[in-house]
Amino acid sequence: MKLIINEIAREVPDGCSAGSLRDQFKADADVLIVNGFPAEPDQPLGEGDRLVLIRRGEVPSAGELEALLTARHTPGVHERVRRATVGIAGVGGLGSAVAIALARSGVGRLIIADFDLVEPSNLNRQQYFLDQIGHPKVYALRDTLARINPYVHVTACHLRVTRDNIGEIFGAADLLVEAFDRAEQKAMLVENFATLFPEKPVVAGSGMAGYGPSNGVTTRKAIGQLYLCGDGATAAAPGVGLMAPRVGIAAHHQANAVLRLLLGEDPVA
Amino acid sequence: MNITVNGKPTETATGSTVQNLLDQLRLDSQQVVVERNHTIVPRQHFVGELLAEDDSLEIVHFVGGG
Repeated sequence: MKLIINEIAREVPDGCSAGSLRDQFKADADVLIVNGFPAEPDQPLGEGDRLVLIRRGEVPSAGELEALLTARHTPGVHERVRRATVGIAGVGGLGSAVAIALARSGVGRLIIADFDLVEPSNLNRQQYFLDQIGHPKVYALRDTLARINPYVHVTACHLRVTRDNIGEIFGAADLLVEAFDRAEQKAMLVENFATLFPEKPVVAGSGMAGYGPSNGVTTRKAIGQLYLCGDGATAAAPGVGLMAPRVGIAAHHQANAVLRLLLGEDPVA
Repeated sequence: MNITVNGKPTETATGSTVQNLLDQLRLDSQQVVVERNHTIVPRQHFVGELLAEDDSLEIVHFVGGG
């Protein structure tokens, strides 16, 4: 009968038990999962069943992890995203969420840049943890990404991005995610990157404060190769803070726009 | 003179610069990216670059937060 064992199709004798397949394919596994549910070793398997064999605490090899991660992807996606390099300018509320989404999606290389350190107030929306307070965000995020997918190559730049170093930092990127906080910084980055690399897309974020309706957040195309994710209007201000849900919506609009661009799709249409 | 800003017909004084237009539209020059006839105008040129009749401007205004 044909089964899928750790995401690879195998031909095995009819009526094999989960335990016998473990012995054959991954003898040191101590967790057996059949069709998404924990299974006992004596559970018989049938045609088309999915068996996942795990050893607790073990990090899969690069090849194994690739197969496991991409099993949930849409077919054909992975080969294209693993060849990509995505730049992320700023790893606060937007950038940290974008980085994690892209790492989970199997993007081959991320270039992340931010001068900032993790502070307690960041934890209301940024993808950092209590034990990372005081650390540079780019290094904390690099550590977090390694815990998700150690085969994503992360270049961490602990510095302030300026118009003079944008080319050097992000020149190797296929496209850039603008994930700064201040409007002046957003404008500076977009103007300079688009001038230096007019053919490379920029996915920027603008307008995501508060807890207004989610449906207010959109992805739209602006000038040249610039895409804007946000509601375009709701600035962060005293009384209108940045909160995890809406910032996350904007960030995932950005991450999905990146994915669509890498796969040759129009982010908007 | 008649120009277009973000697809909308707009009137501005003859001899206006990009900066004049931003002032007219109450936009902070530090928070925008301006494209004039499909070319980005560097912000150091805002005060010097004169607009012309039938110019097509795209102005992206960023708001803070992220």
